[in-house]
Amino acid sequence: MSQADFAAALLTPGAPCPAGLKAWNGSDPSARFAVYRNNVLSSLIDALADTFPVTKQLVGTGFFNAMADLFIRQNPPRSRVLAFLGDGFAEFIDRFEPARSLPYLADVARLEKAYVAAYHAADAQALTAEALGAALGQADDAADLRLLAHPSATALVSNFAILSVWAAHQTPEANSESDGDVVDLSELNPLSAESALLVRPALEVLVLRLPPAWAVFFQSLQSAYTLADAAALAQTTDPDFDLPGALAFLTRQGALMSAQPNEARSP
Amino acid sequence: MNRARPASGFDLPTPTTTPTPTPTLTANVKLPARAGIGLKPEHFREVLAQRPDIGFFEVHAENYMVAGGPFHHFLGRIREHYPLSLHGVGLSIGADAPLDDTHLDRLHALIRRYQPASFSEHLAWSSHGENFLNDLLPLPYNQATLDRVCEHIDQVQQRLCCRMLLENPATYVEFEASTMDETDFISALIKRTGCGLLLDVNNVHVSCVNHGRDALDYINRLPLHAVGEIHLAGFAADQDAAGAPLLIDSHGAPVDDAVWGLYAAVIARLGAMPSLLERDNDLPSLDALLAEAGLAEQWMGDARHAAPAPARPLTMAPATRPAKASAMGLATGRRA
Repeated sequence: MSQADFAAALLTPGAPCPAGLKAWNGSDPSARFAVYRNNVLSSLIDALADTFPVTKQLVGTGFFNAMADLFIRQNPPRSRVLAFLGDGFAEFIDRFEPARSLPYLADVARLEKAYVAAYHAADAQALTAEALGAALGQADDAADLRLLAHPSATALVSNFAILSVWAAHQTPEANSESDGDVVDLSELNPLSAESALLVRPALEVLVLRLPPAWAVFFQSLQSAYTLADAAALAQTTDPDFDLPGALAFLTRQGALMSAQPNEARSP
Repeated sequence: MNRARPASGFDLPTPTTTPTPTPTLTANVKLPARAGIGLKPEHFREVLAQRPDIGFFEVHAENYMVAGGPFHHFLGRIREHYPLSLHGVGLSIGADAPLDDTHLDRLHALIRRYQPASFSEHLAWSSHGENFLNDLLPLPYNQATLDRVCEHIDQVQQRLCCRMLLENPATYVEFEASTMDETDFISALIKRTGCGLLLDVNNVHVSCVNHGRDALDYINRLPLHAVGEIHLAGFAADQDAAGAPLLIDSHGAPVDDAVWGLYAAVIARLGAMPSLLERDNDLPSLDALLAEAGLAEQWMGDARHAAPAPARPLTMAPATRPAKASAMGLATGRRA
């Protein structure tokens, strides 16, 4: 029996127990092998639930566990670090037919993944308003500046009310171990578009509402566009894009790390 | 290749090839012969606020393989006040494939950063190919496995510049391909690599029940001189296909009386040892964990007062289990 056979049998539902196993009392080893199969799947499902608690509450424990089980079998984790478990889970939900009735579910999962990424991201000093002002003043051409994002910061653009749905679940009742969603979402319209900024300037992750154009602006800065090019992209979302307002907000929330003169033309 | 080493001290191993330039562990520092508990993020702030009187904390290395954030912030602050045991759960030392160099690098970085008094891992495999299976999977005990695991332990000890401790496993199946007992296998690899033994008394109980062995006899056949730390934990009970008891190493319950009995027997023989209360599931309050650690302290206190035990086979300790109430009193005492 090779470890390849053992591993394959662990991840394949209904697969026979690998050959070459035995028990001291001569009992069928498949009942014993089932302990390993259960440990692998249930520990990974639990780890996934730790990263996606609101996603789990939105669909209930039974649905979540079945969805997570399928996801893990189809996408066994590549990382030995469980904090990074769940890469591709939101995309899996996008394609998961039984979840179609909750069109916002995948984007809520994206927000939760971004939250964990922000939580464990590298620590860095955020760019201060003074430093930004100085960089803008000193640059030969301020339009050509590149603003580097803080390692913890992510902007999400969604067609759904991901921030409101997520925020409604940040209560002690919602965090209690209950089977199914205890949060009343009737007061909010999940089909209204929302964008969010996630950033961790110190120990706490902030989840902040963001105008969609500001989210596009921030994502463009992260894609290494210059200040002027990122602003132009934001204007395609909102012709009245408020560049000074967006810069002041991003700086105040600690979402920027440094300002660098442009070395090459933008992509 | 025979690099048998003295059991005491978390000292640097003798390099077999070229010396590794930077010793990254606090040489000659070892875990105190006291009870310790696993450090959980749920308890970070309480630990710093209370500074409980506990011998050391243990963390799972993989939980700290992240770039920054609260985990590093709190571990750094807690490490200023307590010795640390770094316990790996994802290195896959038993894998039938080369060790993951990137993972070794991450372990090396953690050891440099936190200067733990001990690094330990498992006699198990947990990865296959690119897939991480997140469980400690069993090995057949034969010459081929022994050669491979010894090679891996040599590599770990050289890369991390330390003598590691290897934990005896909790297993649910045995292999037709095994040609030696688990205790002979562990004895041989400790002799060959010079690594130490993390004696998990709960794993001993679980495996011995699961495979119809005598737990005291099992422990007596281990190289007890190499024990550098003891683990205590709880298990869950199930049944195999024949209705025989099948215990699951769950880390989700208080330590069972049978495991305390084995622990008392080991302590009576070896004296006080660094002893960790492992709890990963159904996490109770910090005070409840400290109270359970207080029971281990009390067993060690009994052993300190008893006459030193000659090196003879273990017997079940005649002492009655320390009363929980007094252990609670011990554990809630705050560090001055």
